[in-house]
Amino acid sequence: MRHQTFFWFILPSLAAMILFIALPLVSVVVQSLHIEHEQVIVTTENCGPFGCTEESTVDTEATAQLRAKQPLGRFAGLSTYFDRGHLASAEVSEAWQSNATWGGFFADLYNLPFYKALSFTLTYTFLVTPLVIVLGLLIALGVNRLKPVLKGPTIFVSLLPMIITPLIGSLILFWMIDAQGVIGKTLQWLFEDPELSLKASPVLTWITLMVYGVWSSAPFAFVVFYAGLQTVNSDSLEAAMIDGATRWQQIRYVVIPHLMPLVVFISLIQLMDNFRVFEPIVGFSAEANATSLSYIIFADMRSDITRFNSAAATSVLTVIGVAILLAPVLLRTWRDFKGKAV
Amino acid sequence: MSITKLSMISATAVFLGSTAFAGCGISSGNVSILGNEFAAIQAVADGAKQCAGDGVTVESNLNKDYRELQVAALTANPAQYSAVTTTNAAIVPLMSDGLIRPLDDLIAKHGQNLSKNQLITVDGKVMAVAFMANAQHLIVRKDILEAAGLEVPTTYEEVVAAGAAIKEAGLMDHPFATTSKTGWNLGEEFVNMYLGFGGEFFKPGTAEPSINNEAGIAALNMLKSLTELSNPDFLTFDSNAVQASWEAGDLAMAHLWGSRGTGLLDDEGSTPEVVSNTLLVSSPTVGGGDIPASTLWWDGFAIATNISDADAEASFIAMMNGISTDVVKANNDAAVWLVEGYEPAPASAGVFATAAGKTKPYPMIPFMGLMHTALGAELTAFLQGSESAEQALADTEAAYISAAKEKGFLN
Repeated sequence: MRHQTFFWFILPSLAAMILFIALPLVSVVVQSLHIEHEQVIVTTENCGPFGCTEESTVDTEATAQLRAKQPLGRFAGLSTYFDRGHLASAEVSEAWQSNATWGGFFADLYNLPFYKALSFTLTYTFLVTPLVIVLGLLIALGVNRLKPVLKGPTIFVSLLPMIITPLIGSLILFWMIDAQGVIGKTLQWLFEDPELSLKASPVLTWITLMVYGVWSSAPFAFVVFYAGLQTVNSDSLEAAMIDGATRWQQIRYVVIPHLMPLVVFISLIQLMDNFRVFEPIVGFSAEANATSLSYIIFADMRSDITRFNSAAATSVLTVIGVAILLAPVLLRTWRDFKGKAV
Repeated sequence: MSITKLSMISATAVFLGSTAFAGCGISSGNVSILGNEFAAIQAVADGAKQCAGDGVTVESNLNKDYRELQVAALTANPAQYSAVTTTNAAIVPLMSDGLIRPLDDLIAKHGQNLSKNQLITVDGKVMAVAFMANAQHLIVRKDILEAAGLEVPTTYEEVVAAGAAIKEAGLMDHPFATTSKTGWNLGEEFVNMYLGFGGEFFKPGTAEPSINNEAGIAALNMLKSLTELSNPDFLTFDSNAVQASWEAGDLAMAHLWGSRGTGLLDDEGSTPEVVSNTLLVSSPTVGGGDIPASTLWWDGFAIATNISDADAEASFIAMMNGISTDVVKANNDAAVWLVEGYEPAPASAGVFATAAGKTKPYPMIPFMGLMHTALGAELTAFLQGSESAEQALADTEAAYISAAKEKGFLN
């Protein structure tokens, strides 16, 4: 293709990418480097149904003048990135100096909102992703062996968790695991502990969220693997059978190598999806025991006073986190690609 | 439906619309209302809509997430909504950004019927008109207290003792609940308790926090004793969850919003046994203090800055129609109205008693919202027993300080 033709060919998608991906990203970075202008505070007498009090009020006019001069706010460099709500450099170095043991250091670290969220986000990502891949593969292998009559209904039922909107799915489960709910009561009966509550302790909440994560994402892996299984070369399988390979050996040495590119694909998608885990935290009201990076951004944007700059800094950190996570997989794909091209 | 019928119906609708217009005295203008959603606000919005017709449009968006919409919607020029319903906390960001206009001239022209205690004045200018009051207060089950041989508690120390006695008597395992869900609800519980202990949130005249003190620690310890009487799921309890547990008969005492009173006392969702034994009483005092450990709230309306003067006038008149004596009389039990013509009802007894005890209003301070958010996020570790009270309060102050610096309240 000539260069000019190529240029005109990709121009629409290039323009869309600049407009909808690059520019918002630049805007978020710019916002994260600023903090709001100073607020001019005056004391006024405020009266209402419950009497009068002397209270602080923002001097609207004076503050508006400051804002007109600097619409973006004050330039703060990277200070938002390093404050207590984000990377907390001062608090981390203090925790490092004041603690002789690793345990004490990590306990102090876990007390900081960003690291608390990061620890849940990473644990969730690295446990849920492999479990989804394994479970998806098992379901796909199982369904593939079913009689043709049963295949349709089984596939439909297996896909249900993915069809349900994540927020709705987690809300339904939230009420089922309630101490008065079906699952909650059953667990209390099974473990003979009337005080057992999946919502109360951090460990049980984490397990609940991860089980939910596997439950809702496994169908995706299943569908992809099931499609892949239809393309397995039957000649190779027959050859393996003639050579006396057991079913396990057939899967291990013929099917899995054939599905490897799909494993890479699902890992990529799942790493990205799981790193921005969010809906189950809201659905399960799990804020007390588990927060994620996305949840911190949500909390900044939804309080009475929205904190755009803080949310922007967390967003940039999330983007960097995703880039680091995906780097090994992307590097590998790049190397494979180059190997083939040569 | 035949065409004749259709045209008859639409003719009737037009006719009805024009007769309703006669009552309000607005000739033109666009009124759009943004507000919270509960029975009383719905009644006010419906009252305002009676002004619609012949050149006047009245629309409303009532939504429990109105606080997240209001700043963006009113910053636009022209503003997306001409009137907003608001409270002592929700009004602060609107005032700080100059998004609502002083109402003095409109009140002089159209608000002669308002009593002085309905006017929310800031630095001598009226910024909002209040129409109802709300507060969290105590709810008790008469029968359970009697079975345990207890009086209705008037202090939190008595609440804790009563809870322990009910537990010991084997009547209930988790006799108490309050809105202790992580986030805004939990923050509000601390605010109530801390004010009950006589605490101040900020160093006088500054935005610097001052909660890591004796009153703060005492308030946290009292909250912890209360949550130990609650179901272990207490960090997920919002108003809906507490109301549901109450109506299911699972609770003997609860600290809940006055606006839930009507729901608790109606014959829906509960058994006659629970309803007939439900008593709404004043919020308790704490630590030997003489004011109830709660906060008073008003709900009112304000008019946007970024709209034409004509629309502002039309909106003011429509909202005044929404809080008229007729509307209040028709919806008497829906709220504790601050409007003339209101007759106190059993559902509002708790709010009345709490207000009569000289409970403090929720502070109308620009940086209080940041403090509230920090409290809601940082106190859970203490209540779960994995952190000391001092550490939880120090964390809250640190979280508040980094937020206040970013918002320009602190340097």
